[in-house]
Amino acid sequence: MTQQSPPSKPTDSLEAGTVAIQLRKQRDFAPISGWRSLARRLGPVGVISAALVVLVVLMAVLAPWIAPYDPFVGSVTDRHQASSLAHLMGTDQSGRDIFSRIIWGARTSLLGPTIVIAVAATLATTLALTAVWFGGRVDALISRVLDILFAFPNMLLAILAVSIFGPSLLTASIALAIGFTPYSARVIRSVALRERNLPYVTSAQLQGISGFIITIRHILPNVRAQIFTGMTINFGAAMIELAALSFLGLGVQPPAPDWGLMVSNGQASLQQGFWEQSIFAGIAIVATVAAVGYVGEQLSTRRVARRFR
Amino acid sequence: MAYLLKRLSALALVLLVSSFIVFAGMYLAPGSPEQFLVQGRTVSPEVLAAIRAQYGLDDPFLLRYWHWLLDVFQGNLGRSLVTQQDVSTLVGSRIPTTMYLALYAAILITVFGIGLGVLAATRAGVVEKLVVFGSNLGIAVPTFFAAVLLMALFGSQLGWFPVSGSGAGFLGRLWHLTLPAIALALPSIAVVARITRTAIHGEHGSEHVEMAVARGVPARIVLWRHTIRNSMLPVTTVLGTHIAGLLASAFVIEYAFTLDGIGSLLVNSVQKKDFAVVQAIALIMVLAFGLINLIVDLLYAVIDPRVRLGKGAQTR
Repeated sequence: MTQQSPPSKPTDSLEAGTVAIQLRKQRDFAPISGWRSLARRLGPVGVISAALVVLVVLMAVLAPWIAPYDPFVGSVTDRHQASSLAHLMGTDQSGRDIFSRIIWGARTSLLGPTIVIAVAATLATTLALTAVWFGGRVDALISRVLDILFAFPNMLLAILAVSIFGPSLLTASIALAIGFTPYSARVIRSVALRERNLPYVTSAQLQGISGFIITIRHILPNVRAQIFTGMTINFGAAMIELAALSFLGLGVQPPAPDWGLMVSNGQASLQQGFWEQSIFAGIAIVATVAAVGYVGEQLSTRRVARRFR
Repeated sequence: MAYLLKRLSALALVLLVSSFIVFAGMYLAPGSPEQFLVQGRTVSPEVLAAIRAQYGLDDPFLLRYWHWLLDVFQGNLGRSLVTQQDVSTLVGSRIPTTMYLALYAAILITVFGIGLGVLAATRAGVVEKLVVFGSNLGIAVPTFFAAVLLMALFGSQLGWFPVSGSGAGFLGRLWHLTLPAIALALPSIAVVARITRTAIHGEHGSEHVEMAVARGVPARIVLWRHTIRNSMLPVTTVLGTHIAGLLASAFVIEYAFTLDGIGSLLVNSVQKKDFAVVQAIALIMVLAFGLINLIVDLLYAVIDPRVRLGKGAQTR
């Protein structure tokens, strides 16, 4: 399911040795300075996408204050209303305001993928850097473990975890994170391995700096780009897969407002012609995933492109 | 041949380890299996003891795993705890639907993914922009949302296609599986189209293509034989992972369209805590996933004769 971006271009291997390149790399990875340069990096579509992401995050944070209705309470007399000024997106089968549920749904829908990418990035980075630093048997052992994890499709892992520990957002997220780990870990490992063999690491070792410090202070910053790219790619995939789990009834449990769950809830109404719930919730997922994906892609490809110069 | 044996034995090892992990996971799951069997009814302790003895639930963990493994090797996957059916027959009866669905979707992905990618790479302008935009959007559409949309539009509104069941006979199946296959294939088509376009663009500027043009090779042959064939290697990788992934993502689609495949069986079994069935399906999926990945690796050698398989094992 998850596709990883093609492994980073092997530009470093050719030129990584020279000090000038090292310095230039430092400059390129420096924090983006100023809004204007960020906007230039993103391009017009990217700016719109970024605005959309900010909007969704704001929706999630400010849900209690901006949602016009209580997302859990509906009235039987207001079932299946079309969109109107009172209910911007109409009401669902229980008479709950769909617009309010979309706003509240941003919370669970963002929280899950955030857990996934945080856990996956931590696990992948830790495993990859441990493997690279110790090498030899440790590396072989970690690689074998990753191979076995690699044999499980993500969704299968999540479903197994849910069947063992019961359906919940946290269970599903952690299981998905474990599923995403091998892909990211391989990419990070290959880059870190290149870094570890550079002269500066040896010279740091000769100065008596401990392996832990070298890994954290020197190798980690140099694989930052790969970690970041992995996170943005995984975010969209995680969001889609978590929504799919909710759709199957194995993720977020009703009556909690969640976009995936809303698509599934609205399915019966959709057959009767009340399209609002499924469609709006689906659009929310598509728009968020597309926006996050585009912003991440713009930010990471520009980095690579610059390094080519 | 040695390579094939090596890969197959690696796959067997992975299967063994994953069977242990799955079995241990089910063993550690909170709640005991006989509680699911009696399902809340009050039963006398004697009956419970009889049930425990029948399923060998009092044996130590490793012994149970060993018995289960022996049974699996003899093709006996146990009995469903809920329906009492033999798991092998139950799962076996469901496999064809999933296979046809995955096959149908795989064909759609290959044809439309590569087709659209080639189209975008060769027809610069509106067509390219449209394909790029479509693939950017397509990647973001969850399969289940595509399923819901297609069902509402072509199933309920227009009535062109059935919205549930998997049909009988070849044509019936084809007709019933069209919407599910499209929904399943959509995100992968988007990804494959995009990778194809990038790969062709990358190959376009390469020296051997310029050389072919300079030699006066007809444009059509340059395109098909020199550019596209060479750009198929990264495309195969992506195609392979996506087709292998179809098996796992198929269960969302099967559930949405109420098809009787192993995916919907898995989801229902998880909901009912029917561990025997869950275990069996998990293993079958790991096996299928591994086999497809192996086939893709073998295909590399066909597509690119430079790829030496023995070495490929290390780079993977």
